[in-house]
Amino acid sequence: MARGNWHVEHLLRRAGFGPNAEDLARFEESPVALAVDYLVDYERRPDDVDSKIGLPAYVSVTTRGQFSPNTNIDDARQRWLFRMVHTQRPLQEKMALFWHNHFATAYSKIAGVYGAVQATKMMALKSGELPGPQGQIELFLQFALGSFRNLLLEVAKDPATVVWLDGRTNVKARPQENFGREIMELFTFGLGNYGEQDVYAAARVFTGWNLRAALVAGRNDDPNSYYEFVYNAAQHDVAAKTFTFPVYSDGNKTIPARAAADGMQDGVDFITALANHPETARRLARKLWNFFITELTAPDPGFVEAVAGVYLENKTEMRPVIRYILRSQWFIDPARWFTRYSWPVEFVVRSIREVGWNGFSVDNARTPLTNMGQTLFEPPDVAGWELGPGWFSSGAMLSRMNFAATLAANQRFNLARDVGAVARRAPEDALAFFLDRLSPAYLDQGPYNDLLTYLRANATWPATDALLNTKSAGLARLVVGSSEYQFV
Amino acid sequence: MKYSRREFIRDGVTAFTVSFAAPAFLSDIAMAQGVRSRNLVVLYLSGGNDSLSTVVPYKDPFYYSRRPAIAIPAGQVLQIGSDTKGNTLGLHPRLTGLHSIFNDGRLAVIQRAGYNNSSRSHFQGTDIWGTGDPSSPSSIGWLGRYLDTLPSPVDPLIGWNATRETPRALMSRTVAVPSIPDARTYSLSSPNGAAEALNERTAATRMSSNAAGDRPHLSFVNGTVRGALDTLDRVNLVNQYVPSVTYPNNGLALALRTVAGSIVRGIGTKVYWVQFGGFDTHSGQGNAGGGGYANLMGTVGDSVNAFYNDLRNQSLLNDTLMLQFSEFGRRISENGSQGTDHGAAGIMLAMGGGVRGGIYGSAASLDPNPGNPTLENAGGDVRYETDFRSVYAKVLDNWLGVNSTTVLGADFRAGAPAII
Repeated sequence: MARGNWHVEHLLRRAGFGPNAEDLARFEESPVALAVDYLVDYERRPDDVDSKIGLPAYVSVTTRGQFSPNTNIDDARQRWLFRMVHTQRPLQEKMALFWHNHFATAYSKIAGVYGAVQATKMMALKSGELPGPQGQIELFLQFALGSFRNLLLEVAKDPATVVWLDGRTNVKARPQENFGREIMELFTFGLGNYGEQDVYAAARVFTGWNLRAALVAGRNDDPNSYYEFVYNAAQHDVAAKTFTFPVYSDGNKTIPARAAADGMQDGVDFITALANHPETARRLARKLWNFFITELTAPDPGFVEAVAGVYLENKTEMRPVIRYILRSQWFIDPARWFTRYSWPVEFVVRSIREVGWNGFSVDNARTPLTNMGQTLFEPPDVAGWELGPGWFSSGAMLSRMNFAATLAANQRFNLARDVGAVARRAPEDALAFFLDRLSPAYLDQGPYNDLLTYLRANATWPATDALLNTKSAGLARLVVGSSEYQFV
Repeated sequence: MKYSRREFIRDGVTAFTVSFAAPAFLSDIAMAQGVRSRNLVVLYLSGGNDSLSTVVPYKDPFYYSRRPAIAIPAGQVLQIGSDTKGNTLGLHPRLTGLHSIFNDGRLAVIQRAGYNNSSRSHFQGTDIWGTGDPSSPSSIGWLGRYLDTLPSPVDPLIGWNATRETPRALMSRTVAVPSIPDARTYSLSSPNGAAEALNERTAATRMSSNAAGDRPHLSFVNGTVRGALDTLDRVNLVNQYVPSVTYPNNGLALALRTVAGSIVRGIGTKVYWVQFGGFDTHSGQGNAGGGGYANLMGTVGDSVNAFYNDLRNQSLLNDTLMLQFSEFGRRISENGSQGTDHGAAGIMLAMGGGVRGGIYGSAASLDPNPGNPTLENAGGDVRYETDFRSVYAKVLDNWLGVNSTTVLGADFRAGAPAII
């Protein structure tokens, strides 16, 4: 693996999960714009990653009985990690992860209501593999770069959301405010753009948005049972709802009274208004700045206005927005490489892609990910994870270092074989090999020398196979566990 | 001339001479001396605790008319007497553990704590309680600012966060508080055996000790690496702690047991942060007998009671102050889901050997009349009476021994309940 096209590598770290050897070869001489289109127009690439699960050339999954990613949440987590490691559509997976944080929904609350089978289906059912609507994460994949307005509408009707934010208990007599508040505070334009009367009105808008059970033998634990969205006209508050901000393009702030049978249109109008609100455009632009550009400086107002403009001009379509961002000077600027704190799943997936996976199971990442602070399908609350420096408590950093140790121990012989073939003469050679294979941010002289000191400790070079077995694992663990490796 | 304690430490005698005439500064130092063994344990109930179900105004008829499905029957509350305005109150029936601490005279109940213009947002609310600054809730935390006042170098275990994420309250300019959600997994592993593992640990320590030049984000992560490596061995000591009581089997009790172990082992931690979630009870809250809320109360009451007894048995209760709060109280009227939505003012509780137990502040009248001065939002929510920062000020001045105006940026002592 020879590094050199730094712009493309930066792109593949941010808009994917890090380059692999195949990517590096493909884009060795390419302008970055070509690589952007390759990522953004992902439909041109095969959507076949799931068919590789269980094949020997790929990272393993661990099965307990039958591998059941549609009905067992731990298997769903393994499937998602597998996809991130081996997908041919990395940006699609990356955006699914972004939306999972934006529309943060936690499995455990749903499992507490409907049990593990239904909760897993609501989070992760792949369309067609079992009866019932696709899981929330599949929705995020489907709309990864689609219309935000349509995604918001689908999320509002998504069974997992309806349970998570208590919409299923929202009745007209005494409306329930959870979803009505959070769709404004967290999913769209954010604090400062609404008041308590808007919360009351929004709660009434979504009265009657509920679930219908389609159970086999009345059992939640039957894999063929499912829940689906239903608009329950009998529980809809039909009176007019007035907001403090315009709902319609003519400036009208009132959703009119409607017959109960037509009342679902209230929510459609409200969602359309929220998605097209200029402050929603700006808030999404700021989140995308932190995700794609940098977490070290506040969003550039020029970026926010430009990205919000692209979003609104394209009727909330995300594909032109992301293409614009990835081609922008803000993105390309080398001063911003390695200036975003990696999320735990980014760290884990990138380290597997770089250290190696032959004989490694993604199941070994599940508990470490929890200790790093990111359990997939289990964000801490509806605001998502605490990003940036928030990932880096001492306990979480220990877990990153310990995952590096686990992976390095597992890949010891593969690493030793690879380094032994080209670089067993001197510690400088071995270190150069590792710094090419792995991709930490630039190492200053100090940590570089510390790694050389480590390679020389209790060692004589040229290295024996036994020494390479020891030092390769130790060095991989130190580089992947270094501070420099924690950034993308 | 104003000097913070940190500047005083940095500049030494010169600063002291300059500030010699400032009596507030002298009392600050005096307060700091002689209180070295004290610690503060914050128990944060995340999600917005429904205060009216914790401390029940069971003689207010509007409590029952506005909460027909979830009200606690008057006959089931654990009575704690009346506040100064004559409102009769009782604890949730599952809070038998807190009730016995109250009867020991070591539990203070502060009613209607909060601030003006609550957004009723979990996240902004958490940040405001974390910073003590409603106007700038994204700054560093109030306890972090306290840690910034301590003489350098501070011990890496001066603060102890028992949750996974570092809470806003503990974010500091100078101190990286370790997060130790489970002391049993707070360890360092290696792909190699003993001697080589030691080489790796030495290398990791050296690498993270390099100056990161113009990359402050790298310095920050280096700091967390060092924070982890510097605290591993002493945290491991706490793992061997054998408590004097049996703690309940739940996450909160495990965290409190670990805190007790740290206190008993004399680790020297001054601030602990313990968090317990699940209080966002929009639906299925239940009432006295069952439902989600009753289970939350049982967990809190029993776990805190075990912690209290454990420390008391080992004569360490006088060193500990536990402060408990949440980001907001909930709406007065229940919704149609047998739950409650986001509201405004809530309660704070303080527990410890130095606490003057009792009821502080006055309960709201729950009369929905929009003119009711104890409510806000047209009678929808409880209006605050005690500024939560006055409680922080009391804890800083009288317990942690630091000048609260330095930490909080202003004087919030007026109206502080005399809980310690």
